[in-house]
Amino acid sequence: MAEFLLHVNGEEFHVRGFADESLLFALRDRLNLTGTKYGCGEGQCGACTVLLNGKATHSCLTPLSSAVGAQITTIEGLERHEVLTPVQEAFLEEGAYQCGYCTSGMILSATALLHDIPHPSDEQIVEHMNGNVCRCGTYPRIMAAIRRAAAPAGKGASL
Amino acid sequence: MNALDELMNEARQQEIDPPARGFHLDRREFLKTLGGGLLVSLAPARQFAQESGRRWQEHELPTELSAWIHIGADGQVKVFTGKVEVGQNIRTSLAQLVAEELHTPFESIAMVMGDTDLTPWDMGTFGSRTTPTMGPQLRNMASAAREKLIQTAAARWNADASSLTAADGKVTNPDTKQSLTYGELTRGEELVENVPGDPPLTPAAAWKIAGTPMRKVNGRDFVTGKHQFPSDVVRPEMLFGKVLRPQGYHGSLVSVDTAEAEKVPTAKIVRDGDFIGVVAGDLHSAEQALAAIHANWTVPPQISNVELFATLKKGSSSEVSRPEFASGSVPQAYAAAEVKLNQHYTVQYIAHTPLEPRAAVAEWKDDKLTVWTGTQRPFGVRDELCEAFHLPAKKVRVIHPDMGSGYGGKHTGEAAVEAARLARAAGKPVKVIWTREEEFTWAYFRPAGYIEVRSGARRDGTLMSWEFHNYNSGPAAIQTLYNVPNQLVQFHSADSPLRQGSYRSLAATANHFAREVHMSEIAFALGLDSLQFRLKNLTDPRLRAVFQAAADKFRWGRSRPEDGHGFGIAGGFDKGDYVAACVEVEVTDEKKIKLVRVVEAWECGAIVNPDGLRNQVMGACVQAIGGAMFEAIQFKDGRILNPHLAEYRVPRFSDLPEIEVVLIDRKDLPSSGAGETGLVALAPAISNAVFAASGVRLRSMPMAPAIQIPGDEPPRFQS
Repeated sequence: MAEFLLHVNGEEFHVRGFADESLLFALRDRLNLTGTKYGCGEGQCGACTVLLNGKATHSCLTPLSSAVGAQITTIEGLERHEVLTPVQEAFLEEGAYQCGYCTSGMILSATALLHDIPHPSDEQIVEHMNGNVCRCGTYPRIMAAIRRAAAPAGKGASL
Repeated sequence: MNALDELMNEARQQEIDPPARGFHLDRREFLKTLGGGLLVSLAPARQFAQESGRRWQEHELPTELSAWIHIGADGQVKVFTGKVEVGQNIRTSLAQLVAEELHTPFESIAMVMGDTDLTPWDMGTFGSRTTPTMGPQLRNMASAAREKLIQTAAARWNADASSLTAADGKVTNPDTKQSLTYGELTRGEELVENVPGDPPLTPAAAWKIAGTPMRKVNGRDFVTGKHQFPSDVVRPEMLFGKVLRPQGYHGSLVSVDTAEAEKVPTAKIVRDGDFIGVVAGDLHSAEQALAAIHANWTVPPQISNVELFATLKKGSSSEVSRPEFASGSVPQAYAAAEVKLNQHYTVQYIAHTPLEPRAAVAEWKDDKLTVWTGTQRPFGVRDELCEAFHLPAKKVRVIHPDMGSGYGGKHTGEAAVEAARLARAAGKPVKVIWTREEEFTWAYFRPAGYIEVRSGARRDGTLMSWEFHNYNSGPAAIQTLYNVPNQLVQFHSADSPLRQGSYRSLAATANHFAREVHMSEIAFALGLDSLQFRLKNLTDPRLRAVFQAAADKFRWGRSRPEDGHGFGIAGGFDKGDYVAACVEVEVTDEKKIKLVRVVEAWECGAIVNPDGLRNQVMGACVQAIGGAMFEAIQFKDGRILNPHLAEYRVPRFSDLPEIEVVLIDRKDLPSSGAGETGLVALAPAISNAVFAASGVRLRSMPMAPAIQIPGDEPPRFQS
């Protein structure tokens, strides 16, 4: 066990843990940020997606020690003063979920996409989002939500 | 069919095999060897009675209003149901139905669901039963509550109850303009009233809240990560648990050395017969300790995919099969038919793969066990826990936080029993979350199946003879709705090599695949259009209507496919739902099947929530792509060979065709449940479209697996 300094959602946390444990379970079990989900532990489903310095990252494959120094954003860090981000709003407006277990990862992946490409084509959305699985099959509405979040010119997703 | 028969039939089809390695053991052994899991089979009533010490027929639903509805002094309405929300959106649609009958704003309703201490007993959330059974139940209660509130106001005002009106959460006297909110009337006290009969219900044509599109009620909790799924539950001083798994099904423990594992800081080894588990202060340490256990198992040789269908075709060694339906004389009609067809169809085992694997948190406090877990049967899991720990029902509480879905795959309480066993040994609350590999291996599968169809028709396209044998996959939707005077339709149970059980739409997917591909094969042999041939042999007006609706929207018969493209159609009926799909595929020069377009028409009586329904039907189309095209479990010698998402492909964004859903709202008919049947038309429609595009007939699901499934022919196409 050692202590690691993490920057999560704009705050500093001194986390006691193991260098090789996953960032996913450090967030969930040591910081009680359970919005980030375990789905497969092998980087295949995207449920555990967080932003590391703005980049969509599988927290299940990220060792705790390698997250030190990075700005980490989880689903809990998007809402500010009860104001949702455009991506969160768009998911609500489109009803882009069924069970909702994939939603955190979907929203963070979409946030990273719209940060890099404010107005993506459908092909770009599919390419970027293909690592995120929705077992309920809500993909058409998630596509619609991402298009909606991208729609107002100059108002792409903000972090 | 009376209500009890219907329930029995439903239960029979939802039955889940005991875990494979427990078959030959007696109950005590069975308990010990299952990684703590004891499986109480749902189903035949007598068996259920033996298993749980309680006959489910004795679970009469309470008739007291207070068991179902509570109105607080602030007017907030709590509605209690043992059903669970798993993404099918019943938390929203049931609230709509209650708000409608209670005449109160939708926003004032809060559903309390799936908590065995708080909600009336419920058999489970499966079989698309919530809307047709729990819907009317809650409507009855809400209607009676409204009547009771009016009577209470009448008594208080000394007025004639029939002159008062109830609307918007208030009772009003139009003559005196007096008005009291529901909260002022109940003052938060229980509504004491028995509801014996059938109170008057608002017809669907007059609905104002039900029947309108509503988004998921607590959607904001999902987009902010605030919603607590079962795997997110945290209790004070909670430890993390793992369970040692055998190296294969039917494995026996030969030797085990836990010395190294015991050295892992905070870890404690829990051993109870062949059950070996670990608890530790954090998940990482629990995983380390589990990995440090050195165990040797012997696993007997077992069959693989290669021998699968030959095994299933042998039928059951213990159960006798009887026809589900028989009429006329099939041998004579078949012999006399001018056009004959004899084919077989197969489906592989597939895994539900809910994105949230099995998870449970167990806590023992003052001799009472509380378990938070994801399951479609909270009361069934409570019974499993009672049995496993010899506790009376009142000493066990199961709470179901809305979970990361199940698709029929979470009828059981394996993780709940494991967490409870570890928590009892540790003296602290314990959380168990199955890994993806555990979920793929130690849960249960959608049954594989082998289906034979022999049919005969007249040259003019009239079906004369129909013989249909399903081996192992199940009897759901096995009967044809097409008019055939001579029929033999039979389900043959078999000795499944893998543990199998319920799956969204059960065997309706396999039976529709065989039936609807076969129908298009006969149409082709007769030189008839697939839709015209179906309509010629079909009188059921509701099935005709969805075929027509899908065909109209798709422009079936009025547009022609481009080169390399093909159109296919299929449809059917199950659980009160009617569905038809038209599909366009492209088969590329590289022999790749691309789904281009799907139109699915749907009718399930009066629509309660068009938004939720559209989401369900569209999601079903997407999920169905997996089983149709590439999902398959590979197994050999008691092991699953592809227990990871890297090797078990599920539908992704890139698999998405354009999907249009056409909803037919029959306000004159009772509402049926819509969680399942949306899957059944897609696979046969794809097969029929691929034939139209390429001339190759695909009769095995999955139709385009990435690799050759041992025992199947090499795949003709990729996807």
